[in-house]
Amino acid sequence: MTALDDTRREVALESQALPSVVGVNVPVMQPPRPGTTRRVRNLIPPLITFLLFLAVWYLYSWARFDIAAQRRNALPFPHEVITDGFLPLWDPSNGFRPILGYMWPTAKVTLIGLTISVVLGVSIAVVMNLSKGMERALFPYAVVLQTVPILAITPLLTQLFGDELGVRLVVVVLIAIFPVVTNTLFGLQSTDQLHHDLFTLNRVSRWTRLRRLELPSALPATMAGIRIASGGAVIGAIVADFFFNQGEKGIGYYIRNRQQRAANRPEMFAGTITASMFGVVMFLIVGAITARAIRNWHESAQQRT
Amino acid sequence: MTDTATASDLPGTAPSPRLRFEHLSMVFPDGTHAVDDVSFTVDPGDFVTVVGPSGCGKSTLLRIASGLTEHTGGVCDVNRDSIGYVFQDATLLPWRTVQKNVELNAELQGVAKDERQRRAAQAIELVNLVGHESKYPKQLSGGMKMRCSLARSLVLNPEVFLFDEPFGALDEITRERLNDELISLFNSEKFAALFITHSIAEAVFLSTRVLVMSARPGRIIGDYAIPFGSERPHDIRFEPEFAEICGMINNDLKEAHS
Repeated sequence: MTALDDTRREVALESQALPSVVGVNVPVMQPPRPGTTRRVRNLIPPLITFLLFLAVWYLYSWARFDIAAQRRNALPFPHEVITDGFLPLWDPSNGFRPILGYMWPTAKVTLIGLTISVVLGVSIAVVMNLSKGMERALFPYAVVLQTVPILAITPLLTQLFGDELGVRLVVVVLIAIFPVVTNTLFGLQSTDQLHHDLFTLNRVSRWTRLRRLELPSALPATMAGIRIASGGAVIGAIVADFFFNQGEKGIGYYIRNRQQRAANRPEMFAGTITASMFGVVMFLIVGAITARAIRNWHESAQQRT
Repeated sequence: MTDTATASDLPGTAPSPRLRFEHLSMVFPDGTHAVDDVSFTVDPGDFVTVVGPSGCGKSTLLRIASGLTEHTGGVCDVNRDSIGYVFQDATLLPWRTVQKNVELNAELQGVAKDERQRRAAQAIELVNLVGHESKYPKQLSGGMKMRCSLARSLVLNPEVFLFDEPFGALDEITRERLNDELISLFNSEKFAALFITHSIAEAVFLSTRVLVMSARPGRIIGDYAIPFGSERPHDIRFEPEFAEICGMINNDLKEAHS
């Protein structure tokens, strides 16, 4: 116990001593090179998690393997997801290529829906920001919009918006707009009071204040909202495929279709994995756009020199 | 900047003040009595500094002068079209470069692009920020941020400058250097200044006149004409006379606190 304490103290002392050592011109410890070794080492922890996950999956599949019923297990083995789901990679009717074919309409619905959510969401936040009264008048409904179980209002949505592209976009917007609205509103309201005073002294119009001060101030928050919304938009597009049968069929249709028979389950999993990968890609793209937009000025965007 | 016509045309009369408070008082809606019966003027060529304990209503004076706050009693007379306001914080817009930040006031007031770029370049030169035009505020030191903020107001060439403890957050050396620079700016640009600070030395060094304000409700309890000329070498801070004035103001402030 004491030995451990001593090591700790030594480590603490060392880290305390470091700055002064750097200050004086004594040979300084080389900072670890950001080379490949370090990057590989950073990959090890998530890799271990993944392997553990696979192990549990195998264990579960094996335990549930129902030979007597001559059925395949409810959960296919992970390797089956690859051999029967993703492969062949480039066959027109089996494997990965049809999955990509079904991905395309979903991606389209996601992107259009997300764009509508951003434009509409920012506009609603701007309106709410006009006055406390406006905020009180609208905010509860934004919350309700978020909590409405979409499954329950499917018939209504079909009546109102049909069951093709329109209704799919409505579902995506219903899910994706809330984070955009709340984050943007938060950003607009967090605008620095002294900055407001500065603009007041210049006797600017409401519009100029919004365009030159509040919207740029809110940008990091808005981007954070869009980032959350991007994941929701993907889910919305897939969920819409489950409920609405007409129009271009997306990956949701593929997943639901391959869910019916146990023999098709590997394909279902391949489709699901591809769809989540698309969600991850969306998340990364929005993250990259954010970093680019605010890299020069915002604390959250770390600058490398 | 030209003197106001009325002032120089009539011989024998004092120049008309750039800023005039008469029996000014301010009671906030919550009942806080911030300012009580304050009267003074800031004439062209005046650098008036108000010192006082925290929360005594010093900053309220500036907010009233600029029109950010509406006073509740007395008179506040100032040309609001020609005010430069330097905040406690540099208040630079973080998404704009130095150049664009300096242009901001002019841009918001509709000065044409060529003209405001020209004026911004001049102001940047005046505050010694040449070479930093394309940097973002995040990349600037505290002193440089304050210089940038000063330049932003200089672009409009205001008659009256209001300073709300602009150097309070800076280290002593930087603060003194910016004080020196502000003196030369004051001498070359010939604005009238109303300056708020906690630092007695800063007040005496910069000002032609120092007013001491009491604790809330703020009243003027001390009024000192500073006998140094317009040239203020750095070392003037160590003259016995300088120390003597600081001492007197310090005594007033002690009373203000009690």
